[in-house]
Amino acid sequence: MMAFLSNLVNGISLGSIYAIIALGYTMVYGIAKMLNFAHGDVIMVGAYIAFCAAQYWGFPPVLALLVAMAVCTLLGVTIEKLAYAPLRQATSLAVLITAIGMSYLLQNLALLIWGANPKVFPDLIGLGSIALFDGQLVVKGATLVTIAANIVIMVALTLFTARTKMGKAMRCVSEDRGAAELMGIHVNGTISLTFAIGSFLAAIAGFLLCSSYPVLQPTTGSMPGIKAFTAAVFGGIGSIPGAMVGGVLLGVIEILGKAYISTELGDAIVFAVLIIVLLVRPTGLMGKATREKV
Amino acid sequence: MSEQKRRSQTRMVPVPSESIVPERDLGKPPVLETHHLGIEFGGLKAVDDFNLTIGRTEIAGLIGPNGAGKTTVFNLLTKVYEPTQGTVMINGRDTKGMNITQASQLGVARTFQNIRLFSQMTVEENVRIGLHNQIKYDMFTGILRLPRYWKQERKQHTEALELLSIFDMQDLADVKAGSLPYGAQRRLEIVRALATNPCLLLLDEPAAGMNPHETSELMENIAKIRDRFQIAILLIEHDMSLVMGVCEGICVLNFGKVIAKGTADEIQNNPVVIEAYLGKRKEG
Amino acid sequence: MSVKQKKLIYNLVTIGLVAAAWLIFTLLLNHDAGVPRKERILSSSMKDQLIPICCWIVMAVSLNLVVGISGELSLGHAGFMSIGAFTGIVVSGWLLNGFAVEDATLRLVLAMVAGGLTAGIAGVLIGIPVLRLRGDYLAIVTLAFGEIIKNVLNCVYVAADGRHLNLGFINNNIAGTMLLNGPNGAKVKTIATVNAGFILVLITLVIVLNLINSRSGRAIMAVRDNRIAAESMGVPVTKYKMMAFVTAATLAGMAGALYGLNFATLLPTKFSFNESINVLVFVVLGGIGNILGSVISATALTILPEKLRFLQNYRMLVYAVVLIVVMLATNNRTIRAWFNTLSERLRPGKREEAKSHE
Repeated sequence: MMAFLSNLVNGISLGSIYAIIALGYTMVYGIAKMLNFAHGDVIMVGAYIAFCAAQYWGFPPVLALLVAMAVCTLLGVTIEKLAYAPLRQATSLAVLITAIGMSYLLQNLALLIWGANPKVFPDLIGLGSIALFDGQLVVKGATLVTIAANIVIMVALTLFTARTKMGKAMRCVSEDRGAAELMGIHVNGTISLTFAIGSFLAAIAGFLLCSSYPVLQPTTGSMPGIKAFTAAVFGGIGSIPGAMVGGVLLGVIEILGKAYISTELGDAIVFAVLIIVLLVRPTGLMGKATREKV
Repeated sequence: MSEQKRRSQTRMVPVPSESIVPERDLGKPPVLETHHLGIEFGGLKAVDDFNLTIGRTEIAGLIGPNGAGKTTVFNLLTKVYEPTQGTVMINGRDTKGMNITQASQLGVARTFQNIRLFSQMTVEENVRIGLHNQIKYDMFTGILRLPRYWKQERKQHTEALELLSIFDMQDLADVKAGSLPYGAQRRLEIVRALATNPCLLLLDEPAAGMNPHETSELMENIAKIRDRFQIAILLIEHDMSLVMGVCEGICVLNFGKVIAKGTADEIQNNPVVIEAYLGKRKEG
Repeated sequence: MSVKQKKLIYNLVTIGLVAAAWLIFTLLLNHDAGVPRKERILSSSMKDQLIPICCWIVMAVSLNLVVGISGELSLGHAGFMSIGAFTGIVVSGWLLNGFAVEDATLRLVLAMVAGGLTAGIAGVLIGIPVLRLRGDYLAIVTLAFGEIIKNVLNCVYVAADGRHLNLGFINNNIAGTMLLNGPNGAKVKTIATVNAGFILVLITLVIVLNLINSRSGRAIMAVRDNRIAAESMGVPVTKYKMMAFVTAATLAGMAGALYGLNFATLLPTKFSFNESINVLVFVVLGGIGNILGSVISATALTILPEKLRFLQNYRMLVYAVVLIVVMLATNNRTIRAWFNTLSERLRPGKREEAKSHE
């Protein structure tokens, strides 16, 4: 029973990381209608910056995280301006390939700067472990912080999109870009803002990911990126609560699947669940079904 | 006007279930019958208790103000939507549970209000898609280029040009469909629909965007098509000169319900129809 | 020139180009075989790349059938290659161990047929659920299937015990000569030949080009251009989507078998998401729906990273930059217009014309 609880908590924690990454995918998809494949690599960059700031420059953990967030935000907006904005009128496949190129670029830049050897990410959260139920259930500090961060981000983002003027502008652009422009909304600015928020969250995700799984190398972002993208689709791409639910569920399924079904087939189980969900609900758990007008 | 003559010669007679068909079609089974047809979208009845019978060679009109549910009726007849009430009988066969492809194979062909051509393909290829179930050969015959491939391809080519010649479009066969002018695109849609060898042709606003000259030409062609292929045509149109000029039976729809049925003269003088289009006349 | 003639010329050029390349390389290889290393025309790295290039051409052309002709984004094409590769390796090894088939050509042909068949069957099984979905949801499910295939093959153990094939799943405790060894992959007796590669490319081109220019191909394209209109014309949508998907899977399986039998060791992780993406890059850069383009870009982009080896660590960085710049240059209106005016100015004859227009 305690083992199950422990797995469940770890699953929710991993799922929270997926959820935070998935938010970046889903918001960008909602607004710019593109799959930003480079998003996973922004996470990796964020983790490296935090690592360098803490390890080489001796910054305290919070400051290291802030530096990583600033760099990633800047990086996200720059990528959007340089590579994606010129392709606003192009086919979605052209944008997809550009994003893939951007992903290669970031990975290989990281390879040149930081080398191929994995770095061991230091324990920056440093809360130690908490023992519950007379020591039967040990929960790591990083796990709790991750879950807490996820909840805070979810509440903040929901409030942001529902209450603020910029959040409403984002919802308008995602619904109908042309109409939003006619209503005087600055579409390019809104798209930049979306990339900024997504990349800002990516830095947090990178920090949390490496706090729980401390191996850092240039390909660190790839698999979590694909999984988080899967989570976004799972929840219904374009939907913020969908990304949250999809991410957490995916994390729980992955950890429980590995623990109780098969370690080797962990990934296959995750993707099989995705396929089954999409067959039952072809637009994800919380996605809106659109009917083509004839 | 020959159309007007034809119209005045046709006497409409009642058939069971208060429907009307041209007298000449009376002995033959109707091509289309709907009984209490209806569909709801989230509680809103877009079409309600729609009853229509179309004779074997009838040209019928479906008119009504914007948003009356005319295109929805077309979508029900072609199985884009599954009705929530009632039945659609095509050639005496219930279409319950069928999909769009099966409805087409039963003999319903249509054009679209917002043109839906295969815009990346040529005019001839568009018509050849219409011939898909008429002149067949399988995938392996195509890949291996067996003699049957060449024979059937030639047959498709001749047939496609023959159909295009209805609208004098055979010279445009090699043009990309998407680059045709608007009126020609509408005509190509009709040719493509005819290629499926239908018994019922549904035209959704065929004259939209056409100038008066093109419209009168279209009117002649609609009658010509009916005479040549001996099929029934049901059309949605806002251009009353076309509807009154060519349609024998007319059905008026408002808020998803049939408010009048009859010949052009009957419809033109029906107070309920006038009210639906122009609003209530003020007293005094 | 009529559309028909243009299409015929395009097809002849595509097939002729490959046939000519086959002829040239056969001559070069024959020449090189008889002379000392110094006098050889083909470098050994070039020679080693011929078979993989053929495989990637087949992959690109078959993926173009799905993405360009049928209009569905597939992100798991390498999965079919993987199935074909490991089936081919098992069949070839089984024939040798269990039936003592010494004839390498026969083994290669049977392995490729088997690889194509299993990948085709997988295509049917995967296509049934996948093709019910639309757009990006379809893309993500193909990605998921690609990952599942990779993950499952990582757990498969196959051994030949005489004429008997022993299978193990996760459990590697099986008797006989190991053909597939789970995550450790397969040790392969390489039998792939350049001739087989070129023949496979030609077969693929004939199948795909003839399919496009037939009733079935037109139906596939009609579904792509306008699904509802195609349905209204009586075209059964699922059947034709399936036809494109399964044909592509079969071809990918055959390419996989050839690829698998070309290397001494092969790991299941080789056919990852990145390989699917690479093939997609070939297709997009060659032009969506453009078969000749796929052939050229698959060739160029397989050679390019090898030619960039002198850049050492900067190699993939340069590749990434080239990719982004090419996408921007070919898809942004302003940049394309700038290129057009530039090329007009560079052409001496056109210069006066351009001036007189001003």
